[in-house]
Amino acid sequence: MIQALTFYMFAFITVASAVMVISSKNPVHSVLFLILAFFNSAGLFILLGAEFLAMILVVVYVGAVAVLFMFVVMMLDINYVQMRQGFLQYLPIGGLIGLILLAELIMVVGGPHLNLDMAPSLLAKTPAADITSNTHALGQLIYTHYIYLFQAAGMILLVAMIGAIVLTHRKRTGVRKQVISEQLARRAEETVKLQKVETGKGI
Amino acid sequence: MFEIGIGHYLSVAAILFTLGIFGIFLNRKNVIVILMSVELMLLAVNINLIAFSSFQENLVGQVFAVFVLTVAAAEAAIGLAILVVYFRNRGSIAVEDINMMKG
Repeated sequence: MIQALTFYMFAFITVASAVMVISSKNPVHSVLFLILAFFNSAGLFILLGAEFLAMILVVVYVGAVAVLFMFVVMMLDINYVQMRQGFLQYLPIGGLIGLILLAELIMVVGGPHLNLDMAPSLLAKTPAADITSNTHALGQLIYTHYIYLFQAAGMILLVAMIGAIVLTHRKRTGVRKQVISEQLARRAEETVKLQKVETGKGI
Repeated sequence: MFEIGIGHYLSVAAILFTLGIFGIFLNRKNVIVILMSVELMLLAVNINLIAFSSFQENLVGQVFAVFVLTVAAAEAAIGLAILVVYFRNRGSIAVEDINMMKG
């Protein structure tokens, strides 16, 4: 009963904030509702027994991705009122395609062909919660069977990081930067001049 | 009604995915909201994976969800970097203006 109510609360807030993400006028509000959606789906993950992924979702999505979105939204100087033009123009076609897709998905989920009460698989069976925690079991799986894929995921993140830096890095003119080779190549006789100053006069 | 099965989670994920598609069509001018809609769709995929993983008692689904999350983070970083460069060049982020290459 309580579990059902919790599920409905999380699910409802997730869906409602997703609606607000795509329909709010201000992109800053969109980002904030995205954060709310992520938090509530983390709650759904906890209900499903995936605590590690719930925490990862909060850390990665809320802590990194959503903040990145917020950063970009606030950095770019854009007239967001102009962006809203054509909103109603695209509403019918978007609604039509969305409804078709939703009907198809409901037909798949609620249809007779999908057998949802499958037997528990024997490979990588989830251990009972009182034996090991979810994080422990996931770690034992990731660092043994899926170690190469895990390394590949790390490589993807590395490539993304380098790509983002290369894309946004630019050489700005008029900035005085330290060039160490020039500093070391200077010699005393080129830069230091001895002058004889007469008494009572300036240079 | 009060027995939460896998169908409930799949329904939530389906609604989220549809909202993501809907958002892409609705905000044709604002690339930032389009990227956020893509994030919503990836979140729906993750909910599906974890629901199946939990109800099948198979941890591989959660491992896969970790990878989906990684790719989503990388995609957001690259997408926003491209967006910033594009804004620097053109002073706008409207999708209709992205026709410089005439592809």
